Amino acid sequence: MKDMKVQPIVDGTVIDHIPPGKALLVFRVIKPLVPEASVSILINTISKKEKKKDILKVEGLALGSGDVDKVALFAPNATINIIENYSVVDKFKVKLPEMVKGFIRCANPNCISNQNEPVEPEFRVVSGQPVVLRCLYCEREMSDLSKFMKR
Amino acid sequence: MFNGRDVISISDFDRNEIERILDFSERMVPVAKGDRYADPLKGKILATLFFEPSTRTRLSFESAMNRLGGRVLGFAEPKGTSLAKGETLADTVRMAAAYSDVIVLRHPREGSARLAAKYSEKPVINGGDGAGQHPTQTLLDLFTIRQDKGKLDGLNVAILGDLKYGRTVHSLSMALTNFDTKIHLVSPKELRAPREVVNHLKERGTEVSEVADLEGVLDQVDVLYVTRIQKERFPDPMEYQRIAGMYRVDEELISPYPDLTIMHPLPRVNEIAPDVDILPQARYFNQAFNGVPVRMALLALVTGMAEALGEEAGEEVAR
Ligand SMILES: [Zn+2]
Repeated sequence: MKDMKVQPIVDGTVIDHIPPGKALLVFRVIKPLVPEASVSILINTISKKEKKKDILKVEGLALGSGDVDKVALFAPNATINIIENYSVVDKFKVKLPEMVKGFIRCANPNCISNQNEPVEPEFRVVSGQPVVLRCLYCEREMSDLSKFMKR
Repeated sequence: MFNGRDVISISDFDRNEIERILDFSERMVPVAKGDRYADPLKGKILATLFFEPSTRTRLSFESAMNRLGGRVLGFAEPKGTSLAKGETLADTVRMAAAYSDVIVLRHPREGSARLAAKYSEKPVINGGDGAGQHPTQTLLDLFTIRQDKGKLDGLNVAILGDLKYGRTVHSLSMALTNFDTKIHLVSPKELRAPREVVNHLKERGTEVSEVADLEGVLDQVDVLYVTRIQKERFPDPMEYQRIAGMYRVDEELISPYPDLTIMHPLPRVNEIAPDVDILPQARYFNQAFNGVPVRMALLALVTGMAEALGEEAGEEVAR
């Protein structure tokens, strides 16, 4: 444990195997779930296999699979570790959701969901790697999601 | 099957449903022509919400509703409406739904018909949303092909023109994947169909060929669907002239192919020469008329009045 750069957490959730540089995007995705929690983010940390990866730790909150699945949009191979009293009590991989709602806006500037209408943008996930979403409104497909994160 | 249903995108309908709509449209032809009188929609109101002008679409919906004995209210452009005052589409649609039994929406933004359907308690028919969908156009195109060829399977259909931006082209070709048709996409390379569209067609098991040469495909095709090549797509007017000339359909080009069906969603500019109009291959004016029976069928189906008439009564209406 001596090479840990960040203190291990007592209780909470560790999101591991985030592609290097994507942790901040993952944080923006889960932020609404953890508005008050203390979160630490490790960027470009070296894994046991000598590969770079990012890690995100949320203290005091166990995130359920339905909650964190949307993390898969940016970190398809992420694993979720639920920590209780310093030990891992549950571990699972994220899986790509079928629908995405709310935190991404449509890439089509002429889409009705980008106007002043009382709707949340909604998408069907049509492919996983690379991730492609199809807007439920304009039916256009989009990738490169990081450019279209809602504030 | 259709009562209360929205008509937003052609991909919401499977082959069986498309065929039922076309069958019912056929029965509507004598009524659409005024040869028969029927008023199954008497007492019903159609709201036409046109947030951008489209005379052809609006008039054919109005004609369709009137032919069925119904009434129409609405607006032909947003000027002076509550939209101009900043009202949301969601609110406008809720209001219109309260005043009518069925809504036709034309709107410059993609996806607006889907949004409208979400807020309307009454069926919404998409009369064109921006560069998005225009399903009633596609249905009348299919109707015209079937009427002329007697079938939709086993055909070779060439689609010519601006395949990059043309929404007509995308939804017609998607609709044709429900049938055993081969699609020939004919365009200058600058205006080729988006990869996304071509991939969808192929994923649906349809044979697709993409060519730049129009003359070369004419001996293989049953239907030539011509669309406009817009001047705005070309920064250089000389280049536009050259391309437009290459794809001009005239009598000399098509006279060797007496069985060809030539279609066009209209309005045309000069992609089809006027000397073609009087030839038997020219079907585009008939195609424009077909907008009425097809829209009549949709209005009767989604308001539940077609089903109320029943199959036999439906025959009665038509004969
Ligand atoms: Zn959209």
